[in-house]
Amino acid sequence: MNILDNKTMPRASNPLSTAPPFFQSRKPEYDRFFHSVRLDSDLCKGCINCLKRCPTQAIRVRDGKSQITKEYCTDCGECIRACPHHAKKATFDSFDTLSEYEYKIALPPPSLYAQFNNLEEKSLVLNALLSLGFDDVYEVAAAAELVSEITRKLIKDLASGARDNLPQGGFIPGSLPIISSACPCVVRLISVKFPNLLDNISPVIAPVEMAANAAVRRALIRTGLPREKIGVFFISPCPAKVAEAYSPLGIKESQIDKVLAVSDIYPRLLPFMKEIAASGGDMTSFDRGSEFSREIDKAGRIGVSWGGHGGEASGLLTDNYLAVDGIESVIKSLEDLEDSKFTNLEFIELNACKGGCVGGVLVVENPYIAKVKLNIIRKYLPVSGTHINASVPPYAYNNKKIEFQPVYRLGQTLEESISMMKRVDELIEKLPGLDCGCCGAPTCAANAEDVAKGLADEKGCIHKRVEALETESKLSNSQR
Amino acid sequence: MSALEMRYEVPGNDFTRAGEASSAIKNKLKQMGIPPGVVRNVAIAVYEGEINMVIHASGGTIDVFVDSDAVSLVLRDTGGGIPDVELAMREGYTTAKEDIRSLGFGAGMGIPNMIKYTDEFKINSEVGKGTVVEMKVYLEK
Ligand SMILES: Nc1ncnc2c1ncn2[C@@H]1O[C@H](COP(=O)(O)OP(=O)(O)O)[C@@H](O)[C@H]1O
Ligand code: SF4
Ligand code: SF4
Ligand SMILES: [Mg+2]
Repeated sequence: MNILDNKTMPRASNPLSTAPPFFQSRKPEYDRFFHSVRLDSDLCKGCINCLKRCPTQAIRVRDGKSQITKEYCTDCGECIRACPHHAKKATFDSFDTLSEYEYKIALPPPSLYAQFNNLEEKSLVLNALLSLGFDDVYEVAAAAELVSEITRKLIKDLASGARDNLPQGGFIPGSLPIISSACPCVVRLISVKFPNLLDNISPVIAPVEMAANAAVRRALIRTGLPREKIGVFFISPCPAKVAEAYSPLGIKESQIDKVLAVSDIYPRLLPFMKEIAASGGDMTSFDRGSEFSREIDKAGRIGVSWGGHGGEASGLLTDNYLAVDGIESVIKSLEDLEDSKFTNLEFIELNACKGGCVGGVLVVENPYIAKVKLNIIRKYLPVSGTHINASVPPYAYNNKKIEFQPVYRLGQTLEESISMMKRVDELIEKLPGLDCGCCGAPTCAANAEDVAKGLADEKGCIHKRVEALETESKLSNSQR
Repeated sequence: MSALEMRYEVPGNDFTRAGEASSAIKNKLKQMGIPPGVVRNVAIAVYEGEINMVIHASGGTIDVFVDSDAVSLVLRDTGGGIPDVELAMREGYTTAKEDIRSLGFGAGMGIPNMIKYTDEFKINSEVGKGTVVEMKVYLEK
């Protein structure tokens, strides 16, 4: 019986994702616009597929090659989905980086569990991670339950105005609704496009960071090793989370050392999982019921549900929430939210990917099937496997203000912006309004902006050129 | 500094398109680097005005002027006008019908919000002729 193999082609073996040894050591000063999504220009044909799909208009085609404007890119991965030539890639760390550390910890996201066929118990995946070479595993789903618990309390305190109960020193949202901080793509989007919503972003760190912090503390005590000998490896479903680990927005420093991809780990896990399953559970690296096993396999329903759209919101046990998936719908909802079109909401879950994180570009399984699989896995789990026992650890809150970056501003000053806006409007008048993309910009309006900014040539519009040629030939004909 | 002028037509016959002009204005202001708080106030005020033009009149025009001091808005319609402006300005006063209210409009907070979110507010209305709303939001407080 072929129990674990996924019928779909693992994306790891297609050129869509690569793991070049490209992440050098972490810079002391983060690049605010560091990205995982990049172009392989050898493969790029300069077609307009990605150009038209980028939700933030970050792509231009210049000199026959696609280019990403890094200030606009949110690492959403839409261009990776759109490129038929596999020229857009998500970059992440290579599995070989495991050898750089003495003690290696894996942080598997809930979406990883949803990649396997007929998997009923996640302990099999956790076990296989140990067989693969990790010394410890900390479920992101387990940490997610702590985030849910802290957020439930935060909502209650904000709703009742019990401000004294709110944590000190963290960045507390001014008002409800709280917007989830779990999808870094969304947080980035808000930081460049929706400054009025920055205060609503949850001050609670993302589950993966919570997991990293808890795992590091556990390892330091367990091993006595210095921090630099401990490697924290997050297995990411998407490029946005790769970028976030390397250049976090709301925290000063991430505790994640390397970011691997679900699509890269998936095929490596399969043989071990089969072996463990075939041995009837004998080949486990941890004894069922032992303390070690309880420490590793502990996430409940709430945590596992985070892997799919709506899961995070459901863990808050409130009816006054909004859950939106898919980047286009997310942008639309943020616009409505900015206009205060929703009332009485307490929480907003926004996932850039359709279906939630099971829909990330670095996963293998179809997101809708993955969601069904998540339901199977969570079936016999307790509601929540983890709880805040003592007080909320201080690292649970953001420690850096997320600043607004006005990257879409036309000019440096209002005066300059106004005169550029006038120029843009004049240029738009002259363009045909076909939004064909042939000039290398996604729309005529974007092209007009590029021309006004001096980034493109007014003569770039092929329709205008054809028009000019036609008038010319008419003129010469009539002169004959 | 020369001011920027923009005009938006608000169609009165298509309720489903109400709010599009406000949305376009908001995006233009963001692109110009207008302070976020100002953008928010303008967006709320102009949205309320636009909705009123659609549900209480039959569409109209919105003129936006941006200069170094303020964002100024003039909303003009040729609808039925408001018989008692004082009354219309009160919180909770509405003449909206049930079908509109069931969509979440007609809470009677439109004009009060326009006043609340702007620095200058003027309304001129003549029954049978139409309504003109003039609003200003200062760039610096
Ligand atoms: N442009 C307009 N034309 C005609 N009547 C208007 C207009 N704007 C507002 N009104 C009148 O003023 C009332 C109050 O407006 P408003 O405060 O926006 O509340 P609402 O729109 O929820 O009714 C409306 O119900 C309507 O009778
Ligand atoms: S990752 Fe997303 S935002 Fe970045 S260039 Fe691709 S489509 Fe645009
Ligand atoms: S929804 Fe999840 S997988 Fe998709 S970009 Fe956001 S965090 Fe990544
Ligand atoms: Mg109104």
